Amino acid sequence: MAVNLKDYLELIQAEIITPDVDISSVSITDGYVSDMLSDVMGTAKEGQVWITIMRHMNTVAVASMTSIPCVVFAKGLKPDAAVIERAIQEEICLAVSDKQVFDLAGMLYKMLGK
Amino acid sequence: MAEFWNINPAYEKAAKAFLQEKPEAEVTLEFDIEVKDFVNAGKGSAEVKNVLKRLGVDPNVLRRIAVASYEAEINVAAHSNGGRMNSFVYDDMVYIRFEDKGPGISDIRQAMVPGWSTADDLVREMGFGAGLGLPNIQKNADLLHITSEYGESTILEIIIYYA
Repeated sequence: MAVNLKDYLELIQAEIITPDVDISSVSITDGYVSDMLSDVMGTAKEGQVWITIMRHMNTVAVASMTSIPCVVFAKGLKPDAAVIERAIQEEICLAVSDKQVFDLAGMLYKMLGK
Repeated sequence: MAEFWNINPAYEKAAKAFLQEKPEAEVTLEFDIEVKDFVNAGKGSAEVKNVLKRLGVDPNVLRRIAVASYEAEINVAAHSNGGRMNSFVYDDMVYIRFEDKGPGISDIRQAMVPGWSTADDLVREMGFGAGLGLPNIQKNADLLHITSEYGESTILEIIIYYA
């Protein structure tokens, strides 16, 4: 099952901090949760939302290399401007939610009907 | 010099022949990797990815190339005294060579074991140093060749086929 990325971000009441990245046609089929970048590199797949608290430049690089369309930062953790700029260049959506990682993953799990 | 080889049997003949002949590439890219520069590390791999994307390389193969290349780039930034990444793009494959300025790997077999790492605190705080870099490269590359010795430079070569 796939859901619209936009619908999920609305559900988790996320602030989209890369408004320049067009996500109107992005659908997601799965999610991945990890703060260990090498673990994400080895496991994450295209079409997954990545939920994390790691918010530095390499987060964007890892998302780009693994073709992840969207990174959701939990607990209201917002990356700095340079990271956001890089994400826009790489066409990766960044979103910030006040919710915790467990809740963010759970809401996606439910939405995907897993 | 200690060596480590891992070759996908399907490409063993082609890859070995390639390494002997090293024909001229369609596109070559060069990128310097500075010590502990985690802001710029990854840019070399991003460049390679963009070139291959324009060539229409299959997204799954592209992902394997990007992951292997990025892990190797991060390894040079995290563990070495700096180095260089040279990429050679052909119509059926990509060959990427990383050469650093030391200090070398004392036991390559040990370094290949998932979970084993010599990363310092800074590297770990960045979310690396889980001991998954080299295994990730091995998993994604059709050929992985490492030459190293403690006190010497390390050369890591990867080949990935897309046609």
